[in-house]
Amino acid sequence: MLPVDVLADFGKVGGYLIFVLIGAGFGVSLELAGFGDSRRLAAQFYLKDMTVLKTMFTGIIVACLLIFLSSALGILDFAQLNVNQTFLWPGIVGGLIMGVGFIIGGYCPGTSLIATASFKLDGLFFVIGAIVGAGLFGESLPLFDDFWNSSFSDRYLLSDWLGLSLGATVFAVTLLAVAFFYGAEKIEEFFRTKDTGEAFSWKISKRAYQVGAAALIVISLVIWFIGQPDPIRKWELMKEQYEPQLVSGEVNVSPLEYVKTNHEASIKLVTLDLRPSEEYKAFRLNGSENITMDDVLNAEFASQLVKLPVQGVVVLVSNDKSEAEKAWQYLKVQGVANLYILDNGLNDWNKLFGDKSVHGHPVDLSAPPAEILEQFPENAYVPKIKMSTKKHAGGLCG
Amino acid sequence: MKNKPNPVSNPYFAGVILGIVLFAAYALTQSGLGASGAISRIHVAITKIFWSTHIDQIGTFASMGAGEKNPLDHASVFLLLGTFLGGMVSAWWNGRMKVEVFKGSRITNTQRLIFALLGGAIMGYGARFARGCTSGQALSGGAVLSVGSWAFMFSVFIGGYAVAYFVRRLWLD
Repeated sequence: MLPVDVLADFGKVGGYLIFVLIGAGFGVSLELAGFGDSRRLAAQFYLKDMTVLKTMFTGIIVACLLIFLSSALGILDFAQLNVNQTFLWPGIVGGLIMGVGFIIGGYCPGTSLIATASFKLDGLFFVIGAIVGAGLFGESLPLFDDFWNSSFSDRYLLSDWLGLSLGATVFAVTLLAVAFFYGAEKIEEFFRTKDTGEAFSWKISKRAYQVGAAALIVISLVIWFIGQPDPIRKWELMKEQYEPQLVSGEVNVSPLEYVKTNHEASIKLVTLDLRPSEEYKAFRLNGSENITMDDVLNAEFASQLVKLPVQGVVVLVSNDKSEAEKAWQYLKVQGVANLYILDNGLNDWNKLFGDKSVHGHPVDLSAPPAEILEQFPENAYVPKIKMSTKKHAGGLCG
Repeated sequence: MKNKPNPVSNPYFAGVILGIVLFAAYALTQSGLGASGAISRIHVAITKIFWSTHIDQIGTFASMGAGEKNPLDHASVFLLLGTFLGGMVSAWWNGRMKVEVFKGSRITNTQRLIFALLGGAIMGYGARFARGCTSGQALSGGAVLSVGSWAFMFSVFIGGYAVAYFVRRLWLD
């Protein structure tokens, strides 16, 4: 099942080679659109040539439909894709600055590379300027560091914002794109001057455009109709990939490691207790949250866990092994990182810590102190928690 | 090389190819496309040659190339290399490989180059500010429906349209 991680699967050399190939495809598509010519890019802002809008939105919509169609069909796991993090206001301010740079310089970073590659001197000067500008940003960042890190939300999707399903959102975005295409054609027709109206190599009829637009809308409706797979179906699809981790026990952390992790300042530990609420009320680990299987299957609940910072570790607690494993499966396929199970739940808890005392006091069983670990032999458990550092800003701009 | 360049492709055709490449990037690398991150890394690599202590001092530079870390040893740099090569091959194939300066007819080449440098600097600054450029934020984030990327995309257009009138002399025929 997609996605794969070429750097992990093929090593650095093979992985980097694939990045070069993907980049080449990117370069060819930009060059074909005529984006190596600053006049064409600038014309977007004088409404004479809407190529920028048309090509960009076609690219977005085609990729979007392919991603969510393959996700609906169980070919690709959307949870594993890096979604650009939202820093709303810094993004808006940065966007406005870039818009100004765009119309003054005539390129954006990607297109200036294409211009430089085809020996356009203005493209080369733009690239040099961009390198300098990137440096100036780093130098000046300390002045507004707080603002730059403000209004942050991780994996914040249009569907969350609109309160719609992913399928409905894809449909809405497709309609928006088609409306933009229609508007772009009308505006171009109105403003286009005869000298920019060079012939297209791909002369196609109005009818072909209508068929294309209809195809986009139909595909988005199909995506909406099928729906994105729920955790239960997703586990069936992805079993092969994740089941070995359950079988080998590499996600089962010993109570001792749990106590140790709980006292580590650099880790944000989230403990989810699946036991019936009476048992939870009678005894619980300090800071744990009582949840049910319904919560586990609830996308909104899972998305809170997905949005944990990189230092987040989630530990599931249940006295029933198969229940803990089920919860692990359903959360795993929803993209929760650093997900573990408390080995054998709380069954051994009292046995382990009940007779221990620290400085002459019996220990608080709901929150055993770190000192208690000194009373166990050093090799009493095999540490299992490995922080995945995979999570990054999303995209390659970070 | 051909004497007369080929006409450019239909914008929707180029867009479909772009979309397929973007999908391939997500399917194979879990991330989208981008250019500005690599441009920033080139800046760090150049600065490091003659002022390496400075790289260690500035947070955003240090994360790319502090100490022994080679700022260019990163997937984004190879993506950028590919973009450059792809642009080159396509330009050559289509007869658009030619030393020239694109500009409006009312300004001189020197003026155009100065404005390209200036616009590039503003763009490079803004791209770091927004944590991504048109390709890394708008295109890649747009396809996976990130709210921040859509807000960013509309800001770029607003910024451009707001200023376009005042700099029209740069682009008039």
